[in-house]
Formats: sequence, structure tokens, C-alpha cells
Amino acid sequence: MSEQPLINVANVNLFYSDFQALKDINLSIAENEITAFIGPSGCGKTTLLKCFNRMTDLVEGCKVNGTITIDGQDVFDKSVDVNLLRKDVGMVFQKPNPFPMSIYDNIAFGPRTHGIRKRKDLDPIVTQSLQRAGIWNEVKNNLFKSALSVSGGQQQRICIARALAVEPKILLMDEPTSALDPISTGVIEELCQELKEQFTIVIVTHNMQQAARISDKTAFFLLGEMLEFGETQKVFSKPENEKCERYITGKFG
Amino acid sequence: MKSADTVTKKRRRITRYTLLKWAGYACAGLAIAALAGILLFVLIRGLPHLSFHFLFGKYSSANPSVSTALVGTLMLVFLALIIGGPIGIMAAVFLTEYAKKGKFVNIIRLAVETLAAIPSIVYGLFGMLVFGVLFGWGHSFMGAGLTLSIMILPVIIRSTEESLLAVPQSYREGAMALGAGRVRTIFRVVLPNAAGGIVSGLILAVGRIISESAALILTLGLVVRNMPTGFMSPGTSLALNVYFFGLVSPEAAAATSVVLVILVVGLNLLAMGLGRLLSKNKGSKKKRPARTIPMLKSGVEK
Repeated sequence: MSEQPLINVANVNLFYSDFQALKDINLSIAENEITAFIGPSGCGKTTLLKCFNRMTDLVEGCKVNGTITIDGQDVFDKSVDVNLLRKDVGMVFQKPNPFPMSIYDNIAFGPRTHGIRKRKDLDPIVTQSLQRAGIWNEVKNNLFKSALSVSGGQQQRICIARALAVEPKILLMDEPTSALDPISTGVIEELCQELKEQFTIVIVTHNMQQAARISDKTAFFLLGEMLEFGETQKVFSKPENEKCERYITGKFG
Repeated sequence: MKSADTVTKKRRRITRYTLLKWAGYACAGLAIAALAGILLFVLIRGLPHLSFHFLFGKYSSANPSVSTALVGTLMLVFLALIIGGPIGIMAAVFLTEYAKKGKFVNIIRLAVETLAAIPSIVYGLFGMLVFGVLFGWGHSFMGAGLTLSIMILPVIIRSTEESLLAVPQSYREGAMALGAGRVRTIFRVVLPNAAGGIVSGLILAVGRIISESAALILTLGLVVRNMPTGFMSPGTSLALNVYFFGLVSPEAAAATSVVLVILVVGLNLLAMGLGRLLSKNKGSKKKRPARTIPMLKSGVEK
């Protein structure tokens, strides 16, 4: 683990037109850790997540001030190529969103985007990505079937494989299991534990047990503010913030 | 007393319902009868006069044929599609993918709607004055094709827009999140998924081109006799021939109508079928032979 945190968020304020969605967020995330963002809906956790790969650019009227650095590079700097940033910072969405193409083409989409076009170069990437996402054995005989023909849990793991295929450093997961059944959820949680060895994971979740089970650090958000951030064990056993404690114990939210 | 009352009420309701139902059937029947009537009339009057010579033979006053009109129609379809298609599709891409919602987009939408409402003879007049007189082309396929390409813009823009909007936003997000730029996202993910709707729109536009007559009278001339010599020559189309034959030879007009109606109905069916086919087969459009990747020795094996 390196000395310097991989992601550093300093004094970030974010506005959707007039509405302030994030208020003075400060946070740092170390390499090869799983950080969970928890909090009630609309508290800004997904918004912060989307700042890391600048998906916020797609939202009209969204303004950010403050700095977010990844590997020492300010992501909002004008000189940053947002496409290369998104190559380094992969993302998995709430609802599985494989493209309506074959499984192979889904995984190869990212590498092809970044200039790898030859079959013999793509094949190993596809294989390895599917293996890393733990779904190789389930789909290896159906690589050229539509990615929409497999189950929701498998689709989500295909999406994870797709994100891994461009060799990101960081993997952002926006409630990746909220649309899945408990068994698929368990599979993906185990997967996160394995992926942590090679990637840094930031996961947004509404599931307290999930945050407690898989994350190293937990951040609690409420109405755009980050009220608590620390070792997951500590956050869940004796949180410093009273609101955080009430949320975790299910008294509100 | 009260129960008898409700029984009458109920009976009345049933009568009303039955009446309404039969009125509905009658109206639907009338609509179908109108279509069947037109088709039958045209077929009965026209089919006996259809012959190989009529379709492909050389035109003479004694032995009229539509060979010149067939070639002319093909040329018009080609010109209008090759000019209007890309412009219409790109305009729709701009409207849905690039333009920010606001006044500007609303103005363009309004303009497109208005374009669709303009009577075709006015297009003809415009085409004649601009391409014929101002550019000095006279009656020409080029002028007529350009006029038609403007006419079909609303059809193409609207159908393309609709099919682009039907592509889930999550596909765009997924592609962008992998580092694909706007252009790659549009060409590799959005457009292929909208292809069914776009192609149906194009086919409907072809139908519109084939059935157009008013605008062509003023822009294309009505040269039934001679084969077109190029894109700058005047000529005729099938629909124009119906107009021309209608004045001189009703049998030939009916026979031309048969060709026209068959083409248009066929195109509509094709548009429907293709739209359905393309939206059904998403993801497995290309049939590739089954192929497996050899396991990687150096991969992360489990």
C-alpha cells in the first residue's frame, strides 16, 4: 500500500443548478481497499461516486468546485482527457446494462475503444476479464450469444467483466446488487473481496449488512454532507455521529 | 321496486354497450372496405392491361409503357434518399444526442413539423423556382430529387428521433463509462440499436417519394416518351404517369396504378417486417460460427 491515498477529495461542493447536492466533502481513499458509501436516498453518495469518473459531466447544470485528485491528478483539470480518466476509473451501474450484443463484443467494447482491435489480442483480454469476474465457466460456451440472454446476476457480472477489460485502477460500483437476488448478491460480494487484491473499489449501497460485510472503510452521508468516515468496524460498532448511529440501527432513513 | 329499477338500468346499459360495439365494428368495416374497394377496383381495371411490354417495353403512343417511369422512379428514390437520408438522420442525432433541451431545439422541431404540413404542390413550386429557374436546371431529376429530399426530411427526422429516444440511456452511460467518446457511443451503441426504426422510417420515406406527383409536375416535367439520359434530364415517374395516362388512356392509368399500389403496399409491409426483425434480433444480428477461446495459461485461473 502506498503512502499517498489513491483518491483524495478536498472541499468538494457540487450543485445541480441551484440545488447543492454535496457540501464540503473531504475524504481520502487508499489503494486496494473497499470503501462503502451509505446513507438514505438523495444524500449525495451516488453523486460523489460519479464525480470520480466525471459522469457528472453528462448532467446539465452540474457544477463542481473543490478538488478531487486520483493518483495526484486533479480530475476536473481542463487538461484531463475524460475518456482516459474513465478508462482508469471503471464503473458498474445499479441496473445491469450489458449492450445488446454478444457477450464477447460486450467485453471487447472497452478495449476496442482504446485501440485494441485484433482478434488475437482481444481473445485473452476477454477470457481474463470474464475469469476475473468469476463468470467464465458459466458463459465460456456461449460467448457469441446475446448478453441479454443470461440471468440478471450473470449480466451484472458481465458488466463487471466489461469494466475490468480496460484495466482500470479503480472500480466504482453504484448499488451493484440492488436489482439482484440474494444468491447473485452473495456471488458479487465474494467477487469484490477477490477483486480488492488488484483494484480499489468504491461501492454505494443501501444494504447495511453488505457494507459491514465487505468494506474496509465506510462513509455515511446525509443531505449532501459526510457525517462519518472511518474503519467499517468502528463505524458500525460505535459511530461518533448520533445520526449515523440511528441510521445504522434502522431508526430512520 | 328498487330491484326492478336496477334491472331496467342494467338492460339499458347493455343495449347501449351493444349499440356502441356494433357501431365500432361498422366503422372499422367501412375503413377496410374502402381499402379493399380501392385495391379491387385498381386491380380489376388495371391487371388485364399489364404485360411485359407495358412494364419494360419501349414507349410509343399506340403501345404505351411505363419503362421510362420505372427508371425515373428509381432515379428519384436514389437521389432523394442519398441526399435526404444522411441529412435527416444526422439532424435527428443532433436533436437527441447533442442539442441541449431549450428554445433552439423547440424551434427546429416546430420547423420540422411545419415542413411536414406544407402542401406538396408548394414544394413543387419552390423546387421549380429555385432549382429550375434560379439554378437554370429547367426540368431535371436533380431538381426533383432535391425537392423530394426536402419533403421526406420530416418523415426521416421524426422516425429516427423516435428510435433514438427509445435506446435506453443506460447503454449510453455504459459506453461512456468505458471511456468511449460521444461519437463512438453514438455510432457503435446508439445507432445500431435504433437501426430497425431508422430503416423503417427510410422505407416509409421511399413510399412517400414513389407516391408523390404534385411536386414532380413542376420540377420533373412530364416526359413520358424518352428514357432519361442523366440526372440533369427531364423525365417522369410512375405517379406522374398515372396523371398523364388519366388524361389520355384510362386503361394505361389503371395498369400503372397497379404497379404503384403494389410497390407502396409492399414497401409498407417491408418496413413493418424489417422493423420487427431488427428489434427482435438485437445482440445476435450477425450469425457467427460457434467458436471458443482456448483457456489462457497465464490468466487468473481458478
